[in-house]
Amino acid sequence: MNAHTPLFEVRDLRVAFGRNGVFSEAVRGVSLHVDHGEVLGIVGESGSGKSVGMLAALGLQPEGAKVTGSVRFKGQELIGLPRRSLRELRGSRIAMIFQDPLSSLNPVMTVGDQIAEAVRLHNPDFSRKAALDRARDLLALVTIPQPDRRLRQYPHEFSGGMRQRVMIAMAVANDPDLLIADEPTTALDVTVQAQIMDVLADLQSRLKLGLILITHDLGVLAGHADRVAVVYAGQVVEQAVVDDLFARPGHPYTRGLIASIPDMTRESERLFSIDGTPPALGRLPPGCAFNPRCHMAQDICRREAPPASLESGHIVSCHFAFTGLESVA
Amino acid sequence: MTAQLAPRIVRPRWLTLPLMIGFGLILFWLLATVAAPWMTSYAPLDMVGRRLQPPSWDHLLGTDALGRDVLSRTLHGARHSIPIAVTVVFFAVSIGALLGALAGFIGGIVDTIIMRLVDVTLSFPPMLLAMAVAASLGPGLENAAIAMIIVWWPIYARLMRAQVLEVREREHVEAAVASGATQTRVLTHHVLPLCWTPVLISATMDLGQVILLAASLSFIGLGATPPTPEWGSMISDGASQFYSWWVALGPGLAILTIVLGFNFIGDGLHDYFDPRSK
Repeated sequence: MNAHTPLFEVRDLRVAFGRNGVFSEAVRGVSLHVDHGEVLGIVGESGSGKSVGMLAALGLQPEGAKVTGSVRFKGQELIGLPRRSLRELRGSRIAMIFQDPLSSLNPVMTVGDQIAEAVRLHNPDFSRKAALDRARDLLALVTIPQPDRRLRQYPHEFSGGMRQRVMIAMAVANDPDLLIADEPTTALDVTVQAQIMDVLADLQSRLKLGLILITHDLGVLAGHADRVAVVYAGQVVEQAVVDDLFARPGHPYTRGLIASIPDMTRESERLFSIDGTPPALGRLPPGCAFNPRCHMAQDICRREAPPASLESGHIVSCHFAFTGLESVA
Repeated sequence: MTAQLAPRIVRPRWLTLPLMIGFGLILFWLLATVAAPWMTSYAPLDMVGRRLQPPSWDHLLGTDALGRDVLSRTLHGARHSIPIAVTVVFFAVSIGALLGALAGFIGGIVDTIIMRLVDVTLSFPPMLLAMAVAASLGPGLENAAIAMIIVWWPIYARLMRAQVLEVREREHVEAAVASGATQTRVLTHHVLPLCWTPVLISATMDLGQVILLAASLSFIGLGATPPTPEWGSMISDGASQFYSWWVALGPGLAILTIVLGFNFIGDGLHDYFDPRSK
């Protein structure tokens, strides 16, 4: 394989939902890539299209959605791939972890059977016994104590953090190359969040996974991501190496997000927040989608969509990228 | 101080009084189904006494117009009614659940075809449709059973479809799809196992309803043929002997208690599986 082919590459991905013949785009031309052993963070508000986009890339879009663009996994185009081929990729080469670990597990199947199912779906020659052995090893891998006993239990007997570990165990059951974690820690409390992120980070480096970490928590990304893509209203507005992003946020939206992280060292009366709400699907303002909430907006922002500007690997889509940075930093 | 705590049998919360009564009644009738010949001293078809005798120690529920023992006939009636009820519900659930699950899971044109069929069937009053089918097939309990299956399956199709539509939107189904499970596997392992509760509850109650409808069909002469000791046709005999009230009393009580029993059990199951709805 060509050394320059990224593990997973999304180009100009668009996802549109139709109602009464009118299509509105929830994802409007997203381009990203992840390499082997790399962690890409995708951050954005609820409804910004980050989950929908990633699901659609794997052919899991809701019924009636229109997906265009290009999604390449190890150079193979996924858009338009037959369902059967996609199914063989999912869970074996590309795995997913969902937000809510309770509702993501089948409540009437034991945990062991569920992990064994994940194994056997892609290795039909595994016996039930062999798959259960593998399940026990996987539970140990995600640091669940007493895996033998735990295998026979049902999801309701597990705590939230334990369940998410089970989901991770299922996801890595077939040594995938790419793991997409959709808000893996959002439904968990803070101390458990840290444990889960440690398990994920540990597995990621041990198994050399490409990891896409979808979140709305910039703090999670600061410690774990290599690169970060900031998504607003279905578009990537800024993409950079994580340290660079925090040191020199080029887009006013990114700056707003960073300013919204509570600062423990300073005492302030009010926490910072970005005014307004994200635009509704199909009701985008003209020009830059962020302009109604942007304190730097000028006439041009209301007229023209900003082009993406590239500066030493740091991509920003803003008419006034990096302006006024000194005053913020 | 010497008083000790008396050992008490603790009744579990779900075991309510109606549920216990229900179990008792159904147990009795199941026993009658299996052991009716040993529970009575007369054969159901034999003319064992003078005709139209009121209840006495010899004939606890009296004798009918042909001098047959009503108690014996009533107990033997369970051997016809209960197997019919179980058969009808079994096939109605099988057909209905299968078609309903397919309609809900596949959707589209399959859903449309199946559900319009359901709508058409359900648009007839159940008694009328059962009568029409039974009449065209001819008398006999087997034909009545077929008629009732035709009347009943759409109810389960609807129930199952609604349940599948709800369950398939749950996140663990999406997670199963994302881990590469086939459609068939998703349906059989991740959707269907969570769909059975309402079907089970409804099926229990319907056992009683089927017995009632079977008796109704027999009452108007479309079900069991004489001299079969079937409750509906026995009540029909009783109706023509209006002043010999005991002739219809036995089968009437039988239908009453068995329908009541199944309803109590169905209610109990409902409360057990879904305690929040109380």
